[in-house]
Amino acid sequence: MGDFDFAVIVNNLPFLWQGLQLSLLLTFLAVLGGIALGTLLALARLSGIKPLALAAAAYVNLIRSVPLILVIFWFYFLVPLAVGRPIGGFYSALIAFVMFEAAYYSEIMRAGIQSVKKGQVYAGQATGLGYWQIQRYIVLPQAFRNMIPILVTQGIILFQDTSLVFVVSLRDLMTVSSIVARTEGRLVEMYLFAALVYFVICFAGSLFVRRLQVRMAT
Amino acid sequence: MNFSVTRRLLAVAAFAMCIAPANLSAQELTGTLAKISESGEIVIGHRESSVPFSYLNESQQPEGYSIDLCMKIVDEVKRTLGKDVSIRYVPVNPKTRIALMANGTIDLECGSTTNNLTRQQQVEYLPTTFVTGTKILTRKDSGINSVMDLNGKAIALAQGTTNERAIKAAIEANSLDVKILPVRDHAEGMLSLETSRVDAYSTDHILLFGLIAKSKTPDDFAVVGDFLSFDPYAIMVRRDDSAFELVGKIALANVFRSGEIDKIYAKWFDPLGVPADPLLQAAFKLGALPE
Amino acid sequence: MNYNWNWSVLFEPEYFGWLMSGLGWTVSVALCAWVIALVVGSFVGVGRTLPNKVVSTLCTSYVELFRNVPLLVQMFIWYFAVPEMLPEQAGFWMKREMPQPEFVTAVVALGLYTASRVAEQVRAGIETVPKGLSAAATAQGMSVAQVYRHVLLPISFRLIVPPMTSEFLTVFKNSSLALTIGLLELTAQSQQIAEYTFQSFEAYTAATVIYVLIALTATVAMAVLERYARIPGYVGKEG
Repeated sequence: MGDFDFAVIVNNLPFLWQGLQLSLLLTFLAVLGGIALGTLLALARLSGIKPLALAAAAYVNLIRSVPLILVIFWFYFLVPLAVGRPIGGFYSALIAFVMFEAAYYSEIMRAGIQSVKKGQVYAGQATGLGYWQIQRYIVLPQAFRNMIPILVTQGIILFQDTSLVFVVSLRDLMTVSSIVARTEGRLVEMYLFAALVYFVICFAGSLFVRRLQVRMAT
Repeated sequence: MNFSVTRRLLAVAAFAMCIAPANLSAQELTGTLAKISESGEIVIGHRESSVPFSYLNESQQPEGYSIDLCMKIVDEVKRTLGKDVSIRYVPVNPKTRIALMANGTIDLECGSTTNNLTRQQQVEYLPTTFVTGTKILTRKDSGINSVMDLNGKAIALAQGTTNERAIKAAIEANSLDVKILPVRDHAEGMLSLETSRVDAYSTDHILLFGLIAKSKTPDDFAVVGDFLSFDPYAIMVRRDDSAFELVGKIALANVFRSGEIDKIYAKWFDPLGVPADPLLQAAFKLGALPE
Repeated sequence: MNYNWNWSVLFEPEYFGWLMSGLGWTVSVALCAWVIALVVGSFVGVGRTLPNKVVSTLCTSYVELFRNVPLLVQMFIWYFAVPEMLPEQAGFWMKREMPQPEFVTAVVALGLYTASRVAEQVRAGIETVPKGLSAAATAQGMSVAQVYRHVLLPISFRLIVPPMTSEFLTVFKNSSLALTIGLLELTAQSQQIAEYTFQSFEAYTAATVIYVLIALTATVAMAVLERYARIPGYVGKEG
């Protein structure tokens, strides 16, 4: 293979940057969607309505026992079938990630909701607030704030998970690095470079989480 | 009675075919044409490394022989609809192409897909645009000259291709001991061969020439053996959509009849030193239906 | 969009055989990787808590490095990059002469990745053991090794059984990434059945059901282990 060739990385930087942008965009949208759907699932599990709670629990446990790659294959096959028209690989992948990550976010949000003291809910009820008002103004803001470090940590995991769209040829950082690695015959450089980029972003993210935890503890 | 019914049907069909092109715009659009007209875009499935049919060039844009032919079809679609449509490209691979066509993600598959009867249960094909078959790519010094020489060696095969089945059948028929490494696509297969992870890679012979041409050291590799399968390539469209299929057939017939096909063929295959096979020339003639 | 159901394809000998062979690879990869993860993870986790600065820094670096790079990238580095970085002979051995190169690579990549997560659990386990216990042991004249051997490890390893259950399940799920380097494990086989028969729904359902069964089995096994491992009266959380 010869010496390490920096030129191949430099020459392909614009292409690699496009890949990273797609990874980041997918992460951002999936985090938002995952938290939204995850919160609904958590509320369903804690709702006290038996069938609703059971259905939510079944969904969460089902998703948590299958690999993400299989979930991606599932949604690549199902989404266009369900929608009845082409919606493109990106949206199939996005839906797969939202549905998958929601199961994990729902567990986090469930813990967050339970961390809010019951007395506050009673106080809300006493002042005449309805269920959704209590959730909206009292429970969820606190649950969310308490769980921010864990939510961010899950976001970092999600960012790593986006590399799996490689299996459906969506052009994220991983796929793009692979394309360059193969066409240029520079496997070592490209895969180590991809590893470095992921590492820098995820490590920076985890340092940020640690600072958050310190700030919240004081 | 049967005879007369058949005759009447034939007459109706012939009549319909005569008036169809002229009246398309007046008719209610259906299926893929309606979809394209509504969304204003046609979605083309392309391959990433099927040189020279459909692959990504240096600027990561799809190009190739099949892409050029598909552009002719896109022009015909625009003419039929009487308006401009934009093109969106979706990368496909042997694993995804049929599913993506069947489920409506892509409208045209412009790659290097073999037309066979099993697949016709799921998708439809336009007239044959190329003829090839399974052969083996190996290093010149590997000592492999036919499928029999693979005994005790390792070969990479792209999952879900007809070549995979042809090679596996040949291995089984001759009870050879061959290690098979499943790979995702041609680039990964070539990579396995170049990095000596396997002794051979197999796909349609024309694609093997393309892989050699793109390799850093083309002189090290050779295509060996007899055809192990017959693979007519064709552009894929959705099943049960004869209106759209007809637009594709008209576009291809025009290209075949006018001789434009020779220029397009030369553009992509002369650099590889692959002349048009007599069988392929016959296919072009048969596809050149009169107006 | 019509879909032709045909559940019977799953029971055709050929495709059923594929599923079973896929299951075999999934279980083998997961269990072998788990052994590596336990051994390496325990050493690294203990190493992070040791008073020796050099050792603890090294172990912390290991965890950060393996935790912050996606498993898929790690798998590709082990499979595609490492053989090219080695001397030619050794690289060739890795690619060709080593038995089952795809399997071994998958096991090593998954094992070392999971080790970083196991190490975190081990460290957390050791840190939850009250400081007084190890102080008392040291006062008794025990060496650092003895404190770990007789006090910290026996307690912490029993404490971390519950969180390890989820890591154990994760290993099975993550073993699906081996398909990217050509190992035909369960997910790959279901995908292959989908493309041979076009019965995607049935094929993915079969794989999903098998993964759920694996998860149930593993959960039950770990629950049994948890009952044995529980320290009576030590953590009353469950009581």
